[in-house]
Amino acid sequence: MNILELNAVESGYHKRLNVLKAVSLKVEQGQCVAILGSNGAGKSTLLKTIMGLIDDEPRKGEIIAFGKAIQNKSTEEIARSGIAYVVEGRGMFPELTVFESLQLGAFHRKDKAGIKNDLDKIYEVFPRLAERPKQLCGTMSGGEQQMLAIARAMMSAPKLMMLDEPSLGLAPLLVQDIFQTIKSINSSGTGVLLVEQNATQALKIADYGYVLESGRIVLEGTAQELRENENVRELYLGVSEAKTDKRIFVKRQRRWN
Amino acid sequence: MSQLIQVIASGLAIGSIYALIALGIVLLYRTTSILNFAHGEFGLFGTFMAFTFFNSLKLPYPLSFLLSLLAAALLGGIISILLVKPARASFNIGLAILLAALAYGLGVNLIISAAIGIAIAVVSYIFLEQPNRNPSELGLLILTLGVNLFLQGFYSLSFGSDNKILPSIVSNTSIKFAGASVSLGSIFTSLMGLVIMLLLWLLLNHSKIGLAMRALAQREDVAKAMGIPVRLVSFATWATSAALAGAAALLLAPSTLLSPSLLLDPVSKGFVAAVIGGMNSLPGAIVGGYILGLLELFVGVYISNELKASLAFIIVILVLILKPHGLLGKPEIKRV
Ligand SMILES: Nc1ncnc2c1ncn2[C@@H]1O[C@H](COP(=O)(O)OP(=O)(O)OP(=O)(O)O)[C@@H](O)[C@H]1O
Ligand SMILES: [Mg+2]
Repeated sequence: MNILELNAVESGYHKRLNVLKAVSLKVEQGQCVAILGSNGAGKSTLLKTIMGLIDDEPRKGEIIAFGKAIQNKSTEEIARSGIAYVVEGRGMFPELTVFESLQLGAFHRKDKAGIKNDLDKIYEVFPRLAERPKQLCGTMSGGEQQMLAIARAMMSAPKLMMLDEPSLGLAPLLVQDIFQTIKSINSSGTGVLLVEQNATQALKIADYGYVLESGRIVLEGTAQELRENENVRELYLGVSEAKTDKRIFVKRQRRWN
Repeated sequence: MSQLIQVIASGLAIGSIYALIALGIVLLYRTTSILNFAHGEFGLFGTFMAFTFFNSLKLPYPLSFLLSLLAAALLGGIISILLVKPARASFNIGLAILLAALAYGLGVNLIISAAIGIAIAVVSYIFLEQPNRNPSELGLLILTLGVNLFLQGFYSLSFGSDNKILPSIVSNTSIKFAGASVSLGSIFTSLMGLVIMLLLWLLLNHSKIGLAMRALAQREDVAKAMGIPVRLVSFATWATSAALAGAAALLLAPSTLLSPSLLLDPVSKGFVAAVIGGMNSLPGAIVGGYILGLLELFVGVYISNELKASLAFIIVILVLILKPHGLLGKPEIKRV
């Protein structure tokens, strides 16, 4: 069963600027799906569109989450339906404490016991957060903030978690940690839609992946297939095949369209 | 010495009123980034409701006081709904009522005045450009001006211009303190100010809706993505802000006559206090209010009464030169 499905979604900004062009993709129950793409490809726009954060978008196409069309729903309803969204750049509330942020994550939940239970579990996963419930988020390090961003999303007990470049600005060791955490969230049954520029790490934990270029899906396949695809290897995994000159680069890009 | 005590007591009382007004302005500005030019009108609404409850319905005054705070809050909440959805309606209606009231005031027959108002509402609704579904910040600011006009027109129409008086909850006596006689009214005002600030602090820091208000003020998109009911929070913020204006107006009212211009000066001082404090800082609003209130009294009594009028603007200019973001404002909290 698909927990998320996009059919020919077109979206952008200010009614004119067209960023996403007929994007179709799906996330199956329990799957971890990666979206790869370079700067400005439209990855963040994709997640914002799903979340209903851009007014009057998507202009075309349909978005189906857990069997229901959500493209005309408000962000509030979409969040309540079970989608959590970890924004690019962590989206901290600088003047809220760690504890308050976590509470906010569970804002639309009513099951007090479940919330308490999840909080304890999250403190186990992130002992650094457990040590400082009263610290203001704005004063935490980048790594701690990313942990909090993920922890906050976990507090809503989502069925699908969307993450926008969780590795941004983190040291390599911490990146590994974060991806391990995402993997374990996924293993516990939560679907994951992971937007990343760090393709090496993303393809390690993903089951399936899409490559987004200039707002179009130019390639899709299992993580295995993508890892072996020569375009992906060269452009996203930074593996240089025998000879790379500009000519081949251009040709390869063309072949995708 | 006794004069000093009197000056401080009165300064604190008027300072509390400025602080309450500034708190309402800043609370709304932080959470919704709207600078509300109808803020004083919410306060006025509170006083006129109190007058109605107390004089016409003969309710006990403390009850009238509470009910009118609720009424002001409700009005604020309703305005928030009006501004979110049919954004242009409030401006058109406001314009219409203002002009109708003007016509009536100039001696035109009531029915003709009403007809003029309706005609203007319809014409402006058709010919003025349609705002977007989500009006811009500037658009919202203009809309609050529309609400302001609407309510001013309403007051002029329904309350007329004869003098009305609201009593104080406490008796009109003074108590002796270290040789000085301090009026019970100003002590009551200062205490009420503190109580209301405490209530606001509790609301913001120890309630779910308060947490949501603070979150929305800091990162709107993220707050939305967490499933925070933005409309409800915006309703609550407007309501709280309006209740603060109502409280300030009711505390101020006993010292003067009720009229549509009751809050003209205090609200502009409230804006000044908000700017002194930093515009996005609630503690700043309180500090700004007290500083302004005390300095006004000191300057008025010890230096010159003429200087008092322009004092607020001198302070603003000084603060903005020395601390461009206000005394407690934070430059980095810039909403997108
Ligand atoms: N708020 C906005 N208003 C107008 N255009 C925007 C806005 N946000 C993004 N864009 C444009 O949309 C395009 C896609 O941007 P998007 O942020 O989705 O890219 P991205 O794939 O997330 O890139 P990055 O990896 O750098 O985060 C870019 O050309 C960008 O300039
Ligand atoms: Mg992005």
